[in-house]
Amino acid sequence: MSLMNTQPDLDHELEHEVLRPRSWKMPVALTIFTLVALAGFCLTVDSGVESKVAIVTGNSLIGTINLVLPSFSALLVFTVAMAALAGISWWATATRTVKIGGVRIGSWVGILFGTFFVSAFLLWAVAGRGVALQFTSLLSGALFLSIPLIFGAMAGTVCERVGVINVSIEGQLLAGAFLAAVLGAITQNPWIGLLAAPIAGALIGLLLALFAVRYWVDHIIVGVVLNVLVGGLTSYLFSTVLTRNPDVFAMSVKLPIWKIPILSEIPVLGPVLFAQSVLVYIMYLAVIILQIMLFKSKWGLRLRSCGEHPRAADTVGIKVNRTRVVNTILGGAIAGLGGAYFTLANGLAFGKHMSGGRGYIALAAMILGGWKPKGALVAALLFGFADNLQNSLGVVGVEVPSQFMLMAPYLVTIFAVAGLVGRVHPPAMEGKPYKG
Amino acid sequence: MSDLNEVQPVQPVSRWSDAFKKMATSQVLTSILAIVVALVLGAILIAAADGDVQRSWGYLFSRPGDFFSALGGSVGSAYSALFQGAVFNISSSYTVGQFFAPLTKTIAYSVPLIFAGLALGMGFRAGLFNIGAQGQIILGATLCGYLGFTLNLPAGIHLVICLLGAFIGGALWGFIPGILKAKTGANEVIVTIMLNSIAIFLLGWLLTLQAFRSPGSNMPVSPRMAPTAQFPHFFGTTIDLGFVLAILAAILVWWIMERSTLGFRIRAVGENPDAARTAGMNVSMSYVWVMIIAGGLAGLAATSQLLSSPAQQLNIDIASTFGFDAITVALLGRSKPLGTVLAGLLFGGLRAGGYLMQSSTGTPIDIILVLQSVIVLLIAAPPLVRAIFRLPDPERERKAEARAHARAAKKEVAAS
Repeated sequence: MSLMNTQPDLDHELEHEVLRPRSWKMPVALTIFTLVALAGFCLTVDSGVESKVAIVTGNSLIGTINLVLPSFSALLVFTVAMAALAGISWWATATRTVKIGGVRIGSWVGILFGTFFVSAFLLWAVAGRGVALQFTSLLSGALFLSIPLIFGAMAGTVCERVGVINVSIEGQLLAGAFLAAVLGAITQNPWIGLLAAPIAGALIGLLLALFAVRYWVDHIIVGVVLNVLVGGLTSYLFSTVLTRNPDVFAMSVKLPIWKIPILSEIPVLGPVLFAQSVLVYIMYLAVIILQIMLFKSKWGLRLRSCGEHPRAADTVGIKVNRTRVVNTILGGAIAGLGGAYFTLANGLAFGKHMSGGRGYIALAAMILGGWKPKGALVAALLFGFADNLQNSLGVVGVEVPSQFMLMAPYLVTIFAVAGLVGRVHPPAMEGKPYKG
Repeated sequence: MSDLNEVQPVQPVSRWSDAFKKMATSQVLTSILAIVVALVLGAILIAAADGDVQRSWGYLFSRPGDFFSALGGSVGSAYSALFQGAVFNISSSYTVGQFFAPLTKTIAYSVPLIFAGLALGMGFRAGLFNIGAQGQIILGATLCGYLGFTLNLPAGIHLVICLLGAFIGGALWGFIPGILKAKTGANEVIVTIMLNSIAIFLLGWLLTLQAFRSPGSNMPVSPRMAPTAQFPHFFGTTIDLGFVLAILAAILVWWIMERSTLGFRIRAVGENPDAARTAGMNVSMSYVWVMIIAGGLAGLAATSQLLSSPAQQLNIDIASTFGFDAITVALLGRSKPLGTVLAGLLFGGLRAGGYLMQSSTGTPIDIILVLQSVIVLLIAAPPLVRAIFRLPDPERERKAEARAHARAAKKEVAAS
């Protein structure tokens, strides 16, 4: 009887529309940044000042475009555009609109806003300078500088998705750089160095897997200590073997730069994306393959299940610990390949601690990118761009304290993990040993 | 009756074998064996990079004696230099002071490691993986240094003010990840890594300012520290008040962690945050407090760089790699104050000895990093050490015993 009575009530309650909670963080943040742009950039330039930007299109028909813009008007246009985007964000939050035409508003408003803000900053920085900002080399340099970050972030993504926290990206990069340089110098062949780099990284990955999966040591501890180990070992060998035989090891080899025939003729995009070191093309492949394979293939599904719910994975017959070991080694190999950037792609001999903390930044890029290859790529590019910004602005002679520019990506990361940009969820069971 | 007898646990054969078994499975033995393995690996590296050893390897089978004497020579001289640089100097034993000069150097090197190691150990016990000691040391050094070279105060007060500055600087840098973890759940590993880099850039920027620039210098270094802000030294050695403060800090940390309510809360949160929350503890505030205290302790690590020897200057390398070395110190010391002090002394000794080894035998000091990391890795994985030395596994023995019990009990049930 009672069951009959409650049934209609339940149905009635289900008819209520469930409203998603609103978060005002995004519109507030965008409004603040718009005001910053207005007060900091627009109102601080002198009237009649011009901003010069040179865009090398890389196309023989178009050549180089030299833009000379009146600074104030150009900045005003960007600021108005930013204000419009902030307005869209207010409207979308108020009406709980999430998507327009199938695209998430949060993503494209954020990306457009960021682009406008950075553009406004650049125009402001070069306002009234005699030298033009080299726009194309700013972008191509940023891509080049982000190679180790992207490879490192891919390595981190693979490892963490399978449930192993990989803090030893730094060590894997360094080991890859070392072995690539040494074998490259001995054989005088950059391609052999390129083959050696992932092997070195994989060895560090193997050590990580041994201690983390086999002996259940805390993953972060192993990672940090492996970084110290690789740093010490490579520095020791550098100071002994490498410096005592300068005739062999001071010689460096460099990976060639390839111009892809038709694609490199595309204006602006061509010289940025398709006239780069071979390592960049390998990086494109790595990101695309991982993005597809992680989320669309059997291998990816199994890998992710070991990180999210190892017991369930075990129940359906996946060998959790074997999967973890194999893919941690794979991750190490990817990071090791990225290490080739420091020596082979730059054409440099090995130097002590030459990875200089890039592995940790790659780790941050992976988290900022939400444990996805696609997101990690964008985050790593952001870091690379910030890194290159001070090179480009230094050429123009801008005296923005470079320390603050270098700080920016780290601050962005802190804001991101503190939830301003939105919560990112790590794989549920990462860092937990599976003792099945 | 005979069945009942079987229920009794397996009688120990003798007290000696029991004692041996306990020793073989103890943590102390694991630590010692880990150091042994690290030294053996280090010896292999030293020998492999030595010219004489490489040459004699070429004719190993015709004259093996050459190889082994070269091997013994290179490894022996390197390790004896390491020992003499860290503990006492056998060759120059004119006065007691000279004899123990290396030991005082070891103690001097160990001070920042002990401070920062205590800081990280506290965090580990609260379940926080604070990698930010490096940044906290830099901020501590910045504030301590600024107070040290700008203020004009009487000797004792100036020193106290500088110490407070170091503590507050570090505590501030520790507070940020603490409060972010508490309020937003931000992963402290990432935040502290980021703050390390930000601290470097911040100090780099400050050193470009007039207020932080040594007058008449183009180098990014600060004015020299005032002599009023210096640690008093004991008996004319390099041992100073800093070491005493480090020991006092260790005792204080022990008291906080083992005897105070705050420490109990911290340990409870570290063991199981959910259980601690259920028991009515404020988990968020525990994180904040741990990070403030730990940050302050790490900040104090900077004082040995600035206040120990006269007229020090603040520069970009002020924190050296103490913040990262301290991670291994805290791990080796198992996050306990006494262990941290001992581990700090060991690694301080390796550093002090490493410099002598580098200058007298040409073995690069980088090998110290290899030794340290191998020691910590092996200590973190006792089963691996047991496997290397074929020691009994206490876990397995206990299980086997339990199985024997169960079997006996089953037999008894069947018999009745």
